[in-house]
Amino acid sequence: MSTHEVIIVGGGPAGLAAATELRRLGIRDVVVLEREQQAGGVPRHCGHPGFGWREFRRILSGPAYAERLVASAAGVPVRTGTTVTAIEPGGVVQTVTPKGRETLRAARVLLATGTRETPRSAQLVSGTRPSGVFNTGSLQQLVYLAKVKPCTRAVVVGSELVAFSSLLTLRHAGIRAVALLEESDTVLAPGPARLAASVLFGTQVITSARVLAVQGSPRVTGVEIEHPGGREIIACDGVVFSGRFVPEAAILRTSHLQVDPRSGGPVVDQYARTTDSLFFAAGNLLRPVEASWTAWTEGRAAARAIAASLRGNLPEAQHHTHLEARGAIRWISPQRLAHPAPLPVALPLNLRVTHPLRGRLRVMAGTTELWSERRRLLPERRVLLPLSAEQATSVAEAVIDVADPVAL
Amino acid sequence: MKFDVAIIGGGVVGLAILRRLALGGVSAVLLEKGADILSGASKGNSALLHTGFDAPPGSLELACMRAGYAEYLEIRERLNLPLVVTGGLVVAWNDAEAAQLPAILAQAHRNGVTDAVKLDPATLYSREPHLAPGALGAVLVPGEHVIDAWSAPLAYALQALAHGASIRRGCEVLGGERRGDVWMLATSQGELRVPVVINGAGLYGDRVEGIARTPPFSIRPRKGQFVVFDKTAWPLVNAIVLPVPTERTKGVLVCRTAYGNVLAGPTAEEVDEREAPTVDQAALEALVQKARALVPALAGHGVNAVYAGLRPATESKEYRIEALADRGWITVAGIRSTGLTGSLGIASHVAALYARDFGSLRETSAPIWTPVPNLCETRERPWQAADPGEIVCHCEMVTRHEIDAALSGPLPAGDLGGLKRRTRCMMGRCQGFYCSWRVTQLASGRLADLPAEPLPA
Ligand SMILES: Cc1cc2nc3c(=O)[nH]c(=O)nc-3n(C[C@H](O)[C@H](O)[C@H](O)COP(=O)(O)OP(=O)(O)OC[C@H]3O[C@@H](n4cnc5c(N)ncnc54)[C@H](O)[C@@H]3O)c2cc1C
Ligand SMILES: Cc1cc2nc3c(=O)[nH]c(=O)nc-3n(C[C@H](O)[C@H](O)[C@H](O)COP(=O)(O)OP(=O)(O)OC[C@H]3O[C@@H](n4cnc5c(N)ncnc54)[C@H](O)[C@@H]3O)c2cc1C
Repeated sequence: MSTHEVIIVGGGPAGLAAATELRRLGIRDVVVLEREQQAGGVPRHCGHPGFGWREFRRILSGPAYAERLVASAAGVPVRTGTTVTAIEPGGVVQTVTPKGRETLRAARVLLATGTRETPRSAQLVSGTRPSGVFNTGSLQQLVYLAKVKPCTRAVVVGSELVAFSSLLTLRHAGIRAVALLEESDTVLAPGPARLAASVLFGTQVITSARVLAVQGSPRVTGVEIEHPGGREIIACDGVVFSGRFVPEAAILRTSHLQVDPRSGGPVVDQYARTTDSLFFAAGNLLRPVEASWTAWTEGRAAARAIAASLRGNLPEAQHHTHLEARGAIRWISPQRLAHPAPLPVALPLNLRVTHPLRGRLRVMAGTTELWSERRRLLPERRVLLPLSAEQATSVAEAVIDVADPVAL
Repeated sequence: MKFDVAIIGGGVVGLAILRRLALGGVSAVLLEKGADILSGASKGNSALLHTGFDAPPGSLELACMRAGYAEYLEIRERLNLPLVVTGGLVVAWNDAEAAQLPAILAQAHRNGVTDAVKLDPATLYSREPHLAPGALGAVLVPGEHVIDAWSAPLAYALQALAHGASIRRGCEVLGGERRGDVWMLATSQGELRVPVVINGAGLYGDRVEGIARTPPFSIRPRKGQFVVFDKTAWPLVNAIVLPVPTERTKGVLVCRTAYGNVLAGPTAEEVDEREAPTVDQAALEALVQKARALVPALAGHGVNAVYAGLRPATESKEYRIEALADRGWITVAGIRSTGLTGSLGIASHVAALYARDFGSLRETSAPIWTPVPNLCETRERPWQAADPGEIVCHCEMVTRHEIDAALSGPLPAGDLGGLKRRTRCMMGRCQGFYCSWRVTQLASGRLADLPAEPLPA
């Protein structure tokens, strides 16, 4: 069994940033395991700009950004074509490489396996099951990696930021984006997204629209939708189900580590430690999706915590404050604060709400309010919660909710 | 090429018949209108190998199931076919259902399934610790097992080909005429002269029967929808958990799949669809609810996939198998809900009808065995062996070698569905988010329904 100081599972922005930082901090024996043939993660197939400004002071396309990340990690062995199939107590990592199965072990393991979108099937959408149904991720890979034009007229379902990535990808491939459908009554992406969609892409944006059925066989011929104006069938030969991200937590779910059913990611503390302190986690595996900059930042911060822990500067937690999301709070991550807390935090407390609302975001320990602030909160936006471990030192359990909520 | 027999329909039944006839030295061709085999009822079912414990006593269906079951077990190792040993449990949840258990047990015994026994709640829960509380008892049928829907028919096809049979895909039979003692079949690939025709057209059994006579039955497709839970749910269910059946349906079951998932379904809905059955959100949600009511711990596990199948039902329950001795025709229709199990038995029965009315069989003494790639999670998969090479589908752990193999050989995949059925690629929790591009690249130009148009440089 080959052993290492640190094994990083996943060579996306989080994993590669961590590798680079560990090396900078003088941790010599680090290896990145990446199941694809190329490292870089999701940006490999985001062929549009929108990456790298904060990390490299340049506006880069996804693939260029992925290359920069790989170049930055030079010196750290990145084993591509290596799939991690299981993680086990004791820092054990089961892998399969092109030559066969291999068991590895490390003093510390960083999990950085990212997120993916929810497929149509798991959303239980009615209709036929033809080809021509995509996620943004699969559409991008068909267009930018396989370099094919998988359809000619597409409907995009969802209006999170990633839907605009779909629109850009469709345009690049010369595919007409006929409509963008959103179930709620507003576009979820920030900024003047609605306007951008219609002006830049000539795409009809329909809010409060529900997909009733996918039609056609063996290829998509249309989607039937329902909206305040009634029912209609939009003719198309491609449907992109965008967004609704879930952590790619397959190896977590079959492991000894605790998974948070709300975020879908591992239960971690502010030092990115999971419920087994040999295993750390960073990036979009922690919770559904953030921009690459955030994943990158988390990877670096987790690397610093790992280095500290290897050098004996990050003591085992003696007790935790467990944070519970309630009401309009969809999830919170980290889910617990470790005490003692001698180092700066690696992961800030961040959360998401279920729907647009106004109210007092607060942290309660029993009937005592630890922190609160009036906020206007929108879904699919990162909300930071400035609660420090010191503020909760003697608290075993704290509840996060929104008092006096008013839906917007 | 001159054929003795043409089989219309490349479902599990047609393929099993093709194999039987080929092994019997009969020169046979199978005509399938789909781009690949298994384009009809056989593409989506519960994939259970039934004992026949609940089949109508004395029926042809029961006889074919018993014979099919036995032959499957006899040949499966040589063809590398799966068997997930699970047993089946018919569970009673109220007094009325509990009162029916003795009759269910008696019928099982009468049907020759003599190892079926009644379980008290304590024994039931020791076998199925994750079952919801409140069960009053069960009948255990140890011989009910899980197989997979696709490996067996593919193996039958390959063995038939190895023995000289032919399979024409994309070949729809449009009509036919009896001229003297031959059939002139009009197909989408031209005319075919053949003395004997076997109607194994499944969901189109009545239409194809119309070539030979005014059909004495009509097909009334009955849809079954399913949800497939993530592999993480596998430890939660051991046996095939069945409800006490009603007059109309066997009800919704929960069981493991050969691919390492947990399956819930099917529904039973009379529909007009004969092709591309639709799934329906409300029905799927009800199945998820039902499964979570039976096994509460399923609440923590997601749904990976959903699908629907169509049972080629007719007005009556019984199989419609009959030879029209004066017309060179054998009808094999209405193989409604037990065809995966019954197919090998049906094939022997049909071969006997053929020998009785049309021609002789010369059983080969040296069968060629054509093992199929293993798709089953309870045995070693290719990625677990030495030198697996590139892994293409990360959720189902499908290697590039498997995909290449499925695209070549004597019966390469004809469409994307066929490739999925041969390898499981793109069928896991991400449904192709990660691998569909790579599959598309590897299969480029080789499958009918893949996007082929390259992007302008
Ligand atoms: C369509 C789309 C468009 C986007 N556009 C932008 C944008 O314009 N700007 C921006 O800032 N962000 C964008 N993002 C977000 C950005 O891509 C992510 O924030 C970032 O990639 C997250 O990095 P990560 O390292 O956490 O995960 P990922 O990038 O997902 O990397 C995870 C890596 O882990 C590997 N892996 C997973 N499981 C295993 C295993 N078992 N064994 C080995 N390896 C494994 C994967 O192959 C992958 O390479 C976009 C995301 C998507 C999906
Ligand atoms: C929901 C459900 C659950 C089931 N569960 C089980 C189970 O657990 N165990 C079990 O044993 N059985 C099960 N079954 C039953 C089993 O799937 C069927 O009995 C079996 O698939 C019927 O096979 P077939 O070959 O008769 O029909 P089909 O599979 O429909 O084959 C007929 C073929 O003929 C082709 N065809 C039709 N018309 C023409 C034409 N004119 N020219 C050329 N080709 C034509 C079609 O394309 C099709 O491929 C289930 C079925 C369903 C729907």
